[in-house]
Amino acid sequence: MVDVTPEKVEYVGPAEVPEVDLYHAKTWWTKYVFSQDAKVIAIQYSGTAVAIGLVGLVLSWLMRLQLGFPEFFSFISPDLYLQFVTMHGMIMVIYLLTALFLGGFGNYLIPLMVGARDMVFPFVNMVSYWVYLLAVLVLVSSFFVPGGPTGAGWTLYPPQAILSGTPGSGAGIVLMLVSLALFIIGFTMGGLNYVVTVLQARTRGMTLMRLPLTVWGIFTATVLALLAFPALFVSAIMMTLDSVLGTSFFMPAIVEFGEQLQYGGGSPVLFQHLFWFFGHPEVYIVALPAFGIVSDLLSVHARRNIFGYRMMVWAIVGIGALSFVVWAHHMYVSGMNPYFGFFFATTTLIIAVPTALKVYNWTLTLWRGDIHLTLPMLFAIAFIITFVNGGITGLFLGNVVVDVPLSDTMFVVAHFHMVMGVAPILVVFGAVYHWFPLMTGRMLNQAMGQFHFWVTFLGAYLIYFPMHYLGFVGVPRRYWEIGETNFIPESAESLNAFITVAALVVGFAQVVFIYNILTSIFKGKISERNPWKATSLEWQTTTVPPGHGNFDDELPVVYRWAYSYSVPGTVDDYTPQNVHPDDVVKIAAEQGGD
Amino acid sequence: MTEADVTHSDIPGDRPDGMEGVIADWASDQRAFKNVPWGKAMMWIFLLSDTFIFSSFLISYMTVRMSTVVSWPNTSEVFALHLFGTDVPLILIAIMTFILISSSGTMVLAVNYGYRRDRKLTTILLIVTALLGASFVGMQAFEWTKLILEGVRPWGNPFGAVQFGSVFFMITGFHGAHVSIGVLFLLIIARKVWRGDYDEGRRGFFTSRKGNYSVVEIMGLYWHFVDLVWVFIFAFFYLW
Repeated sequence: MVDVTPEKVEYVGPAEVPEVDLYHAKTWWTKYVFSQDAKVIAIQYSGTAVAIGLVGLVLSWLMRLQLGFPEFFSFISPDLYLQFVTMHGMIMVIYLLTALFLGGFGNYLIPLMVGARDMVFPFVNMVSYWVYLLAVLVLVSSFFVPGGPTGAGWTLYPPQAILSGTPGSGAGIVLMLVSLALFIIGFTMGGLNYVVTVLQARTRGMTLMRLPLTVWGIFTATVLALLAFPALFVSAIMMTLDSVLGTSFFMPAIVEFGEQLQYGGGSPVLFQHLFWFFGHPEVYIVALPAFGIVSDLLSVHARRNIFGYRMMVWAIVGIGALSFVVWAHHMYVSGMNPYFGFFFATTTLIIAVPTALKVYNWTLTLWRGDIHLTLPMLFAIAFIITFVNGGITGLFLGNVVVDVPLSDTMFVVAHFHMVMGVAPILVVFGAVYHWFPLMTGRMLNQAMGQFHFWVTFLGAYLIYFPMHYLGFVGVPRRYWEIGETNFIPESAESLNAFITVAALVVGFAQVVFIYNILTSIFKGKISERNPWKATSLEWQTTTVPPGHGNFDDELPVVYRWAYSYSVPGTVDDYTPQNVHPDDVVKIAAEQGGD
Repeated sequence: MTEADVTHSDIPGDRPDGMEGVIADWASDQRAFKNVPWGKAMMWIFLLSDTFIFSSFLISYMTVRMSTVVSWPNTSEVFALHLFGTDVPLILIAIMTFILISSSGTMVLAVNYGYRRDRKLTTILLIVTALLGASFVGMQAFEWTKLILEGVRPWGNPFGAVQFGSVFFMITGFHGAHVSIGVLFLLIIARKVWRGDYDEGRRGFFTSRKGNYSVVEIMGLYWHFVDLVWVFIFAFFYLW
């Protein structure tokens, strides 16, 4: 017999914060360019991030061309290759993924999902974007200065980063550091907005434990970023001083080309500690929004509530907290005290517990669900698989004894590309296919989408699986050319060529994706108002795309969590968060009786 | 009605005391920190982030002080002033610290009179705070000049380890910048208080929201934070 107990009507208190006046833009400039509307800022952030991300993509093609066909492309010098490696890494991790997840999805989704009209301080939010754009421009400008951009590797380790043997050790590294400092300043302005909006500006009935996991992921990642970026900010200032003023924060006494330099007494390991105190939480700054978004994609497209919502929330928070005490697992070969290795290996492996919990819960969400193999769902499933693969190699590398021989090999490259490159970017794609109808009112082209998915997903495996084997046989990373060695078999060369071809094909698929977006904005099929029949508030606006102020005259009132899918006894297989319990149409009692 | 005017009395149901109250607030809808204006919450979180910046600076300072092989200068000699025929150790810094901590006192009074809507006294107290802050920065400039004239540079130090000069100019400079920005905003807010912006709820430029006297308190949070940071810098730099 079908359960027809009516949903309990919980008391929802009155609004604690009266409506604040929104800033109403009057001119075209303040509406679309210097806009204070979080949705416009989100699109500006995303557009800029994708544009600079395409630069990063092209750099990866150039790197792969050199690795796959050494000495064929004579214009790629060893210096240039190192610059490609560095800029590719920095662009992808910070200027693309961080900006896209937090500045892009965060700005768009947080106010809509918590039921706010906008971020709490829209002006600061706007400035955040423009400072970010400035940071990107400074980064791009380093390509055009004498000596080119820095080639120190994305970790920018001193002393080599500012010694003349490294490409871009003059203006390049300084511009890189200035750009990072600007990015952090810009991000802080946005990040404060995201955190305060989630904590203090939710709508009536929206408790923290009713937030969609997307918001939880972005929120926790923002908190991490606000606490982790300071370490990078400080190290950027200190390295700039080392480079420009000749201080010796990170510089030990050093001889360069037979000449004793002025430096002395600094600590290069200090930089590594500061960098990774930022760098490891950074992994989760990228991963946690992906965790959150993928939870929502799975739940919506499997028409099933997320399994273990509370545990999912605590896992996100737990991973966030733990991510601050694992940083030195990036430094096992730095010469730090070996006892540190023991501590950091232990904490690293402990992180696997909440992470595995999330993977189980995602899988159990799919279990006996009504799985719709839509594009967002395909990407979400692909994410789970990829994340498990990348995560398991992380367990290898977290152990000191396994990590030491694998350090600085292609195995490491394969590991982090799987776990924090491919996996989050798959979620980005899924999220774009999922929320594009909300942002534009049109669907993306399905055929191009299918092509994009299969080529990207399978192609990523063709690229990174062989790379693990290259790492096992000892192929080092960041080498312009393997050259003659005693231990690397010649077949490594052909494997490298194979990877290059796969990378170019996958790269082409991304061009198709961009083309799909650009054409669908204007010509895509008009979508229904809530095409995925989702429950969360962003789909319950009166207009699609949501207008200025997000909601109508009255803000929605929330009566339940965001995962009321396939609730027994209701006619629709989903109940939006803001539908009053009395309005939920129940299956009439006459249906029962068996 | 402005945001800060809403109090608990508007919310039905008793709020339990202590830890249970905190849990009840976090489990509730709309706001995790009840009766905390958005700007104040934002300032607290910013200060948390800024704490990490200053902590990173100070930890870096301790690390390079340990990593350098050259001996660290004797701070009670380097920071001494030659007054009335004798070297008085730490005299300037004692005065600077006294002034900055006094400015926290005037700031507290300004917040108090702000909430009492005493525009005149609030303005005066804010300006006094700003003047104390400015004199702190002025004395810091004096100290910088003295050290520079004695030959201390970020890249060199006649009294010992070069890192002394580097760290000193970097950290006190970064803190001094915080104080200077604070002085600037104190003056801006003093002007707004004087003009009556917070009585009529005029829109702020930076927030584009209607202002009220909680802005004075938020300014105070920043100011006390800068003060507190100074206490740590003082302890680690001048007393160690």
